[in-house]
Amino acid sequence: MLNTLSLKDLTGNTPALIAAIVLALLVLVATVGPSLVSYGPDMVDLDNLKQPPSKVHLLGTDSIGRDILSRVVSGSRISLSVGIFASALSLCIGIFFGLVAGYFGGRTDTFLSQVFDVFLAFPSLLLAIGISAVMTPGLFSAMLAITLVGWAGFARLVRGITLSLKEQTYVEASKALGATPARILYKHILPNALPLLLVAGSLRVGGFILLEAALSFLGLGVQPPTPTWGSMISLNRSYINTAPWMVIFPGLAISITVISFNILGDFLRDKLDPRMQV
Amino acid sequence: MAFYILKRLLLFIPTLLGITLITFILMKSLPGDPVTAMVGERASPETIVRIRSELGLDKPLPVQYGSYLKRIVTGELGRSVFTNRKIADDLIQKFPNTVKLALAAMLFASFLGIGMGVFAAVKRNTNWDRLVTLISVGGISIPVFWLGLALMLIFAFYLQWLPPSGMGNGSLVYLIMPAVTLGTFSLSYIARVTRSSMLESLSQPYVAAARAKGLSESKVVLKHALKNSLIPVVTLIGLDLGSYLNGAVLTETIFGWDGLGRYALEGIKQRDYPVIMGVVLFGAVIFVTMNLLVDISYHFLDPRVRVKEEA
Repeated sequence: MLNTLSLKDLTGNTPALIAAIVLALLVLVATVGPSLVSYGPDMVDLDNLKQPPSKVHLLGTDSIGRDILSRVVSGSRISLSVGIFASALSLCIGIFFGLVAGYFGGRTDTFLSQVFDVFLAFPSLLLAIGISAVMTPGLFSAMLAITLVGWAGFARLVRGITLSLKEQTYVEASKALGATPARILYKHILPNALPLLLVAGSLRVGGFILLEAALSFLGLGVQPPTPTWGSMISLNRSYINTAPWMVIFPGLAISITVISFNILGDFLRDKLDPRMQV
Repeated sequence: MAFYILKRLLLFIPTLLGITLITFILMKSLPGDPVTAMVGERASPETIVRIRSELGLDKPLPVQYGSYLKRIVTGELGRSVFTNRKIADDLIQKFPNTVKLALAAMLFASFLGIGMGVFAAVKRNTNWDRLVTLISVGGISIPVFWLGLALMLIFAFYLQWLPPSGMGNGSLVYLIMPAVTLGTFSLSYIARVTRSSMLESLSQPYVAAARAKGLSESKVVLKHALKNSLIPVVTLIGLDLGSYLNGAVLTETIFGWDGLGRYALEGIKQRDYPVIMGVVLFGAVIFVTMNLLVDISYHFLDPRVRVKEEA
């Protein structure tokens, strides 16, 4: 199925194309941006506190004189990497348990499904808060919390796909030829699940980025002085009516990033998932 | 039918137990020793041993879990480390505020969302449709806390139409911005789901039949197609309401709304672990209960589900 998707499909769809370009730019900014900006994210300039956007500081300065543009650029690293790595990690864990539950069935399935349900029973933010609260807040705790919040959803999805795929004739044929479960899962079931997983994953990344932003807004993510978009909003919250740019730009960065992921995810779903049409 | 409800309730119990187990594990993972926190680090070893056995902390973990369960079932959630008030009391006091906010947000999201979805479906593939789709994608991409701050900036500080924060003794103006902020995410999802559901209904044969009968377009759309499209939307509304009821942490924080969410946040900031765990547990139970209600209502709303079950 993936080979039916080509770059031409992308150019035919304007919103998706724009989203893809934006994301590519974002990755570029995250990787080389911090070395290109003229001010470091931690450079305090006490002569220029809370300056509105100007030619010198394109997005203004914050309450202790740091350049907001460079902070937003540095923050992109954290938001992107946490969002993408947490998605990838929870996808992997989810795939593993989903395959096991779906393929082996019986009591394994009943037990694992119950575990999925318990994790899914917690509202995401609350669970993430609970997990982050018991650890020292930081990059690791945020990633762990988001991964633990997200894995069960993927697992349930994979389990459903595995359940429907394992009845196929080619699986039966493989079994008759003596293939081990691992081989069947890896060579037959997983490849057929990939398109749907790609869709689900890309639609979730946005949510994970929002979750990371929420955690750092609440002070449970990466700690200051390292800039993250969420913590920038929370630290400068009290100046909202005197110096709104300090809050507007990080939030704009988050929104643009997430919207691009969502548009791209929608595009992928339209192309790859025959069941769903929005 | 009653049998179905009973079955769902039975399946509910292991999930509830699982939630308590996870919360218990989280509590046990907390840094710091509660005993030294109570008596100080210079207390004599005998005192520490005595207190530890009084609190039951020297018993094996499963036994501790058992007594934890017993306490929870009687509603004993412990006391806040800071205010020393009973957490259960605090929850009872603050929960109604969260309910008020949740209901307001949900009403806003449902009415506007369904309206937008129907509109987009009827005006399919026009610019109106694209506009609605754009708004709904935007609505799920904007961080809640930023949206709240942006609204506050515009409506409270620049235009000065609405008060920036607080609950204001219940007067409705204070409810508007928090409800809109909280509801936007749901609004977007509801609009999307309503639109796709309506599109599906409108392509059904009975719609063509109704039109052929000569019914006015609005009657066809509103009276027939809409009713049948609402089932997935109702599910969505129920689930979102469940997630709102456990405290919209972010919205309540920004607008100074004294509900569960803000209570949780203060607990986090002060490392008041009993409070944090109490809210997590309470929130999860509410969420799961709402999910259960949604599941059961699905059974009543969609006759096809009933038939499938009996088969």
